[in-house]
Amino acid sequence: MTVAAARCPDFMLQATGLALLLALTTASLFVGVGALSMRTLFSDPEALRLVVVSRLPRTCAALLAGSALAIAGLVMQTLARNRFVEPSTAGTAQSAALGILAVTLLWPEAPLGWKALGAAATALAGTAVFLALVHRLPPTQPFLVPLFGLVYGGVVGAAATFAAWRLDLLQYLEIWTTGEFSGVLRGRYELLWVAGALVALAWWTADRLTILSMGRDVSIGLGLNYAAVLRLGLVIVSAITALTVVVVGTIPFVGLVAPNLISRLAGENLRGTLPWVAGTGAALVLACDIAGRLIRFPYEIPVGTVLGVVGAVLFLGLLFSRRGDG
Amino acid sequence: MIEVSDVSVTLGGSLILDRVSLALPKVGVTALVGPNGAGKSSLLSLIARLRPLQTGHITVGGLPVDTTPTRQLAKVMAILRQDPGVASRLRVAELVGFGRFPHSGGRLTAEDRAIVAKTLEQFGLADLAARFIDTLSGGQRQRALVAMTFCQGTDYILLDEPLNNLDMFHQRELMRTLRTMADAHGKTVLVVLHDINHAAAYADRVVAMKNGRIAVSGETREIIRPDILETVFGFPMRVETMAGRLTVLHHA
Amino acid sequence: MIAGLDRPERRLALMAVVVVLVCAAFMTIGLRGDLALALELRAVRLAAMVAVGVAVAVSTVVFQTVCANRIVTPSIMGLDALFIFCQTALVFSLSGLGFAGIDPRLHFLGNFVAMTGLALALFLPMLSRRFDLTLLLLTGVVLGVLFRSLSALLARLIDPNDFAVLQGAVFASFNAVEPELLLPAGLITLAGVAIAWRSRHVLDVIALGADTAVGLGVAWRAAAAGLLVLVAALVSASTALVGPMAFLGLLVVSLAERIVGTGRHAMLLPAAALVAVIVLVGGQTLLRHVLGGEGTLGIVVEFVGGLVFLAMLFARGRR
Repeated sequence: MTVAAARCPDFMLQATGLALLLALTTASLFVGVGALSMRTLFSDPEALRLVVVSRLPRTCAALLAGSALAIAGLVMQTLARNRFVEPSTAGTAQSAALGILAVTLLWPEAPLGWKALGAAATALAGTAVFLALVHRLPPTQPFLVPLFGLVYGGVVGAAATFAAWRLDLLQYLEIWTTGEFSGVLRGRYELLWVAGALVALAWWTADRLTILSMGRDVSIGLGLNYAAVLRLGLVIVSAITALTVVVVGTIPFVGLVAPNLISRLAGENLRGTLPWVAGTGAALVLACDIAGRLIRFPYEIPVGTVLGVVGAVLFLGLLFSRRGDG
Repeated sequence: MIEVSDVSVTLGGSLILDRVSLALPKVGVTALVGPNGAGKSSLLSLIARLRPLQTGHITVGGLPVDTTPTRQLAKVMAILRQDPGVASRLRVAELVGFGRFPHSGGRLTAEDRAIVAKTLEQFGLADLAARFIDTLSGGQRQRALVAMTFCQGTDYILLDEPLNNLDMFHQRELMRTLRTMADAHGKTVLVVLHDINHAAAYADRVVAMKNGRIAVSGETREIIRPDILETVFGFPMRVETMAGRLTVLHHA
Repeated sequence: MIAGLDRPERRLALMAVVVVLVCAAFMTIGLRGDLALALELRAVRLAAMVAVGVAVAVSTVVFQTVCANRIVTPSIMGLDALFIFCQTALVFSLSGLGFAGIDPRLHFLGNFVAMTGLALALFLPMLSRRFDLTLLLLTGVVLGVLFRSLSALLARLIDPNDFAVLQGAVFASFNAVEPELLLPAGLITLAGVAIAWRSRHVLDVIALGADTAVGLGVAWRAAAAGLLVLVAALVSASTALVGPMAFLGLLVVSLAERIVGTGRHAMLLPAAALVAVIVLVGGQTLLRHVLGGEGTLGIVVEFVGGLVFLAMLFARGRR
């Protein structure tokens, strides 16, 4: 292990975090419409089928999407060198939606994989433009970047809405702009494992990403292939965003809240903190999904909607608890 | 040695560097001085391969900076820019540890860790090793950044106005550290300085630039002279020797 | 340039002429069927566009002056999202039938009071200490996202039949204006414009910044508070009349400033109002008869205005 990774949140915090994640996972398996309990799980074949076909995939999807989005946010923050950006507040998710629109228009029966590819390509373009513009903003005004990102995302979103409206695909657009897990069944979510693989890739290159976050000059001075690592980060962010938007829709704020929470506790040396950011993201999404299933039982509220509220409140909290530490 | 031959740079229509040629010998401290807009930072950036060469050649330790792989150059040359603006929330030990990246690619060996520990000692950062850099004072953060640069273990160290934002005590400490790097560790240090007196007190050689060209270059005592300084900086100033040190009276 | 157009007054006069032409075009092009009815319908929409245009233009100019910055806009503070949320909350508590049955005037008044109240709650604390403008903007935008999300959340809890009632509230629509609301909205706009016009000299001084204004003897805090009440009222009136229009003001004021070439409020206020009317009325006429995109004026304005906002943020950042 590196010197760097020796600093992690202390043991009690780690244990609590893991326990929480485990508890949420178990809860997710048992919450929902349909009779299920520990007893019936092993005696009733219907109950077992429910778990295998619906609950387990749904829980896996939530864990994968949550951790992947948290990492996408983390990587995006190193690329933009700003704490308050993440794929849904920098136009990435909206660009991905544009890509799905384009694929749907040109090839309506395209399998999910192709839609994901198209979405990844447009997400890449949209994010590249955002980063190019953002690197020109002065670093002494950190709030300018997320403001810029939000408006940029709004403009791209408006373009997507307009295009969808003209093409009569507005309802389809609605599906991808609000993330939800209710449609997740075995055989319909496996693409998210690719997102999981990307998280592993990010962890493998964590040191390079940390150096990247120190700025262009420091990166080159330390012998990093700056352009190559930047491109890699871009691909990770775009691909993860595209995959989650295609499979479950846009889930906002996870990529913002999870990395910032861990940064407060343990800093930003990615090799050590990356697993914790992923875990926090997974827990957050899973918790909101469970809440969405319970608020108006037996109806479900999409996790994207729940996070829209929870995440916005947490974002505001983060903004105002900075105490001017620049 | 650092060899710059016939380097010119044009940016947005204006000539930043005009056929600059320079040869700096190994070992020792060289100060790069001159008025604002003289091209000092640009020259340093080019040598450190942070900006692409347009015309001319630059070699550092015999390696051409435009064609040698960047990782290899990083084992030979380290650069600290004026305001690196490192905003990441890292601990001091982690930051200094990244100086070993060119050698170990991120995975610190036992030898690396020993070097890091020794560097922290040398720069008086051992007590601060576990603190986050955004909780340090300006002077401490600057020290940490210089420590990281030094930890890179390179023969050539380039610094761009490292004394900005430091109080007098830390300015002196840093200049003394650079002197030790050259004397005790055999490094070649090239440092851009605004205060001519720091150059006079600590540098072996002075290179003065003006309007994108090298005005004069030579040993300190040959350059720190009233007539030469007036040509470079554009106003008369006296040079005295006080307590055995060359001192430039440029304040009034 | 045509000789004689170098003076701002001349340009204002020219714009006034354009406004008349554009309004005439709007009223007369493509008239079919029952002339009296068509004219009446168009007159209502024209009146709404004029009222909204003037209200948005004047409120944006005043708001930018108080913030001593030309890249802000009052609607970006989340007021439009609050509007949507209020509507959703009303449908949630009253059900669709109850919502549709609210007296339009009462509805208007309620919206107006709610939005003015929130705007004041947001703006006034900002006056009490040195504030970071960008943080203020960012907070406003995030609050906007929060309100929209809350609306979406509530929308899920609403019976699907009632939900249809809400559909129209996303972008501003000039086609569904209630004629009875024109009078209260028009009166508020008129009052607001009169107050702004009377304050044009104080506004010039305030535009120099809080410190300079105080140094020149202006009671800055009182003046700023009063002006912000004015802004809140105008924005609430226009939103309650036709719905949210976040970037119209920004687009209009930046155009107006370029056209008259001066920041003096005696010129800028009328110029912004005239440009707003030209953009709305002219834009609607163009969209309907030339581009065939009736009903999309709101979206187009948001898109173009958003781009302008981005460009200005970027230019400001570079400086």
